[in-house]
Amino acid sequence: MEKSTLGFFVLVLTIVQTSNSLVEGLESTRMYDYTKYHPMDEIYKWMEDVERDNPELVSSAVYGRTFEGKNITLLKFGLQNPEGKEKKVIWMDCGIHAREWIAPAFCQWFVKEIVNSYKTNKKLEQMLQNLDVYVTPVINVDGYMYTWVNTTTRIWRKSRSTPPSGNSCLGVDLNRNFNANWGTVGVSFDSCANTYCGKEAGSEPEATAVMDFVGKMVKQTLCFLTIHSAGQLILLPYGHPQISAPNYDELVSVGKAAAAEMKKLHGMGYTVGTSPQILYPNSGSSRDWARLVGIPFSYTFELRDKGEFSHLLPEDQIKPACEEAYAGALSIITYVHDKTFNSGAIPSAAFSGVAMVMLSSFMVVFLTTGVLL
Amino acid sequence: MATGELNPNHYQAQRAAKVVQHYLNTRYGSPYRLLGLHRVYSGNAEDVEDSGRKYQLEISVQEIISNMTEKCSAEVLFPRGGQQRSPQVQASCEELLKINTTAQEEALYQQYKMKPSLFSAQNVPDSYGHIDPDTKPFWHLCIVASSFIMLNESSENTLFNVAQVANITQLATENDQLKFDCHVLLHEMVSQEIIHWKLLFIWSPPEGVKVQQMEQLPHCHHCEKPPNTN
Repeated sequence: MEKSTLGFFVLVLTIVQTSNSLVEGLESTRMYDYTKYHPMDEIYKWMEDVERDNPELVSSAVYGRTFEGKNITLLKFGLQNPEGKEKKVIWMDCGIHAREWIAPAFCQWFVKEIVNSYKTNKKLEQMLQNLDVYVTPVINVDGYMYTWVNTTTRIWRKSRSTPPSGNSCLGVDLNRNFNANWGTVGVSFDSCANTYCGKEAGSEPEATAVMDFVGKMVKQTLCFLTIHSAGQLILLPYGHPQISAPNYDELVSVGKAAAAEMKKLHGMGYTVGTSPQILYPNSGSSRDWARLVGIPFSYTFELRDKGEFSHLLPEDQIKPACEEAYAGALSIITYVHDKTFNSGAIPSAAFSGVAMVMLSSFMVVFLTTGVLL
Repeated sequence: MATGELNPNHYQAQRAAKVVQHYLNTRYGSPYRLLGLHRVYSGNAEDVEDSGRKYQLEISVQEIISNMTEKCSAEVLFPRGGQQRSPQVQASCEELLKINTTAQEEALYQQYKMKPSLFSAQNVPDSYGHIDPDTKPFWHLCIVASSFIMLNESSENTLFNVAQVANITQLATENDQLKFDCHVLLHEMVSQEIIHWKLLFIWSPPEGVKVQQMEQLPHCHHCEKPPNTN
């Protein structure tokens, strides 16, 4: 056989093989069951499939390693901006707390919705041209994997790091470990406690991964959403009872608009407020860190339910819980997008800078006087 | 301490209202009647000299099987003082009793009173939130029994829910009461801790749930603190 004919055959075979695996990939993401809880190895594989099947929309990044050395991976969604303008950023993370299984389920649902609708939804397409949306389905991979070991491990909350010497229990509450008024309220310094904040702010690799990665793009980041369960709450910063975000009123109204959208779907009420108002005071949360470094819109979503099942939410509630959460998240994302891109308003970065100085001064006064009302 | 009129969505009123839920379940709960806090409409808190803090609440509760809701007025007194004493609750939600569960309760009672093999189940719900339909009434029973504990243990600084029933085992019928041993995991929201309790309780349709023994189990068996902790 002549070389050129052989070459031609090899070329044809390669094309056939590539398109076969593409078809397989598409089938695998289409066949992924978003109404079931998935173990970590399935989630990692699913992320690969999503990226491979939608190269014009999706890319991935490993931005950190957990204590046990597992990849902390995100998917980045965005389309080319037709005018080559600088993209702004939306951040969403799920699974800081291992037992809150509905949260990673929601991140996966959110991805599915974007992938399935961006080609036919003009508004979504426009937003993806202006925004890069970063989604981390599971931040606390070690903890999440631990909850899958057996039924006694299912209710684990923290990471799986070994404690400092002199302490006896594993794991840190990652949502008390961020560099935001760390160790001040709503925490324990006992390594055995479920709200143990670690030996210092950012001692945990999972928390520093977020702070380092998002920290590099703070100026472009419009919105930081961190997904938890349970309680049906939309929490705004700050977790400290004496500290208010400078844009508190706007955070409340945007949060209430989101809750209203969520209620339309299945009648479920979500309460909006700061953590000290509607839940409990806390410090070192990722939400607080995001607001403190200047990201104007920062929310914790506490998804279903209100105590009947708590963290063991039945799989038959995944779909309705995710539908309402998607409506809420989209409401906030749409608001921050339209505020930035459609109104020509003053960018919020300068304003936040002033606010940060004010807040730091306030904190100094507070810490010095030590007055607690 | 928040005193006077309370924001019904804020934690103070919500925690007090949850205590009312636990109280109502100890009074009205059964394998086929289980109540959940639905909404808080208004709340008021005041210090009562020498007694503690009293909350007055207007709430609604929902029966989770029938989805019926009812508005109730309630009062919760959290006692002050060194000794750990449980909150005192007054509430009446008589409408909920009208949900007719007599036939189902009687059928369950008769079925299990004389059964040669005793009912037993573990991990209810399972990791996926699933509960076998035949197991549900016993899950409800254990939650009702746990409500006695949650009521006793509640304060202004706690919010309790049942996270999971680790084990429910039927024991031999005693004086015409079905008898159960239940190992329950309670979730305390403020500390985010999971607390293990073991309960011995009896039930019959006319008598309702009565707890005979309750015992808190050690928090974390493998977490022995070393001698020199700061």
